[in-house]
Amino acid sequence: MAFIPNIVFAIVLVLGIGFFVRNVRKLVRNIRTGKPVDRSDHRRERLANMARIALGQQKMVVRPVAGILHIMVYLGFIVINLEVLEIIIDGLLGTHRVFSSLGGFYTVLIGTFEILAFLVLVSVIVFWIRRNIIRLQRFRKPEMKGWPKNDGNLILYFEMVLMVLFLVMNATDVPFQQMGRGNVISGIIAPWFGGLPEATLHLIERTAWWLHIVGILVFLNYLYYSKHLHIILAFPNTYFAGLAPKGQMDNLEAVTKEVKLMMDPNADPFAAPAGAEGEQGEMPEKFGASDVSDLNWVQLLSAYTCTECGRCTSECPANQTGKKLSPRKIMMDTRDRLEEVGKNIDNNGTFVADNKSLLDDYITREELWACTSCNACVEACPVSINPLSIILDMRRYLVMEQSAAPAELNNMMTNIENNGAPWPYNQMDRLNWKNE
Amino acid sequence: MGELKVPTMAEMMAEGKQPEVLFWVGCAGSFDDRAKKITKAFVKLLNRAGVEFAVLGTEESCTGDPARRAGNEFLFQMQAMTNIEVLNGYEVSKIVTACPHCFNTLKNEYPSLGGNYKVMHHTQFLKSLLEEGKLGIEGGKFKGKRITYHDPCYLGRANGVYEAPRDLIRRLDVELVEMRKCRKAGLCCGAGGAQMFKEPEKGNKDVNVERTEQALETQPDIIAAGCPFCNTMMTDGVKSKEKEADIAVMDVAELIANADEI
Repeated sequence: MAFIPNIVFAIVLVLGIGFFVRNVRKLVRNIRTGKPVDRSDHRRERLANMARIALGQQKMVVRPVAGILHIMVYLGFIVINLEVLEIIIDGLLGTHRVFSSLGGFYTVLIGTFEILAFLVLVSVIVFWIRRNIIRLQRFRKPEMKGWPKNDGNLILYFEMVLMVLFLVMNATDVPFQQMGRGNVISGIIAPWFGGLPEATLHLIERTAWWLHIVGILVFLNYLYYSKHLHIILAFPNTYFAGLAPKGQMDNLEAVTKEVKLMMDPNADPFAAPAGAEGEQGEMPEKFGASDVSDLNWVQLLSAYTCTECGRCTSECPANQTGKKLSPRKIMMDTRDRLEEVGKNIDNNGTFVADNKSLLDDYITREELWACTSCNACVEACPVSINPLSIILDMRRYLVMEQSAAPAELNNMMTNIENNGAPWPYNQMDRLNWKNE
Repeated sequence: MGELKVPTMAEMMAEGKQPEVLFWVGCAGSFDDRAKKITKAFVKLLNRAGVEFAVLGTEESCTGDPARRAGNEFLFQMQAMTNIEVLNGYEVSKIVTACPHCFNTLKNEYPSLGGNYKVMHHTQFLKSLLEEGKLGIEGGKFKGKRITYHDPCYLGRANGVYEAPRDLIRRLDVELVEMRKCRKAGLCCGAGGAQMFKEPEKGNKDVNVERTEQALETQPDIIAAGCPFCNTMMTDGVKSKEKEADIAVMDVAELIANADEI
């Protein structure tokens, strides 16, 4: 019977990791519904970006308070995970603090864990205050009502509870406290439990130990349903992000082909499109994006990466001046629609048309037309998300598939078409300024 | 101001000459009354520095930037390919422009359609003229004035050019003051992404007013810009605050060209 805890632990561990793997596969499948885009180039530059922006948290410190607090939580998260390794080994083998044989090194290790756990706890409490007491403006925007708000707080509660459990577990570990080394923080807490019988202390320690590891597994599985996925996806997202200057838009190849044909004096305008007979039934490429399947996989990856911090939105000139556009909402809508499409695939085996789309059902035209393409959102994102690329792809759909540009823009485009300028001036007058 | 020398590529070609740089004037620089003054100021500087340049004149056409940002990829590529044909026909290798939108499009978006040129913003070009000793900034008309510089999005964030315009302004012995949102964090004037050509969506303020308020916080004598569209937006913003008698909105090229005019 002595093995029962080990077996229970193994089952919990396998279930926890197994369920997570299942969700990761779903995540990858959903991202792969996006259009192909080649990001296999410039590996060195991409690795450097990932190291600098994700690993090095470079853009987080643009806002120093949030940045430094975030770095503490981030460091804590990474370093304390070493402790999880010990917990897993202990759990599976029935050992107790298996790494303690490392001696002095273990003292340093545990001491570091405890200090970081304390710093994480403090940071997370400050985060909670920023969200709920100070109520920073970027956490109060319309798209943050309901689930996004609760999600943000739940993550903070999770982290608070996990850190408290870790410290209580150490504080009530009688042999560990008696050893008196590495218990930098738990040594301060331990007296709070003074006077309790050793059996009770042991029970508290065991309970905290179990809740801690089960909590971590639950949290791991919570990720897929939460904005907190960024702790994993920030790395691939910063790696695969676009490398071109921010002002550069990508070419639509299908358009290039047609324009070249139109400009070729030898082309026969009445000829059937090339390959039309051989490739009967092949749909002509759709221009721009009206739904998530029209976006590329990096844009979809970015939607899952977004942690709704709202730095993009708070830098957006349209949003600052009261327009409906919020770049964060563009990313949240993209993810919500992608999740809906994913569930559709889960239920039907393949996507079955649901008469819904990202355009209009999630993102309104008013939002899309409010964008100045200034790239402030792209610059602000700490994990290299590009909301602008989605806005512009959706404008392409509106204009090229639906001819649904605002009337003034249609005038502008007609002017360019007819006289090579966005205003109704004659191209022959272009040099008149010289003599004025 | 003396007679401006503005040769066209066609005239140059007829004489069998190839200019060292093509000045891409842009639609605003050609047709907008305010922007035409910027064009002339820049040409004055080119003439003064003895730069062998030419313009396309009536052969120039919109780069396609506003069409592309509005979503009309067809129109953009039509414009781009037509322009590239003209530019390549004249064997143009270097282009300078006073419009950051033209700059961005020519520099970043024409290469993949067959147009490969060395493209410079006029502030970069003027800076290189200074460094080569071809142009001196004389006089102190603006000496001691407080000037704040507004970063055009398509020059700054989009292409990382922040210092060339500032270096030029500093040469004028002025007090260059920064807005609280500047360089990478600079706020848009509200004109980009084809917004110049339409009414804004419903909100509680216009973007150019917001940006003008940020500029006014620095209590400037002059708001400097490096983009004809920013210039329009900031000028309108200053007017909306009824400050046009006290605060001028000027392009960096105008500041330099007019520095010696007392």
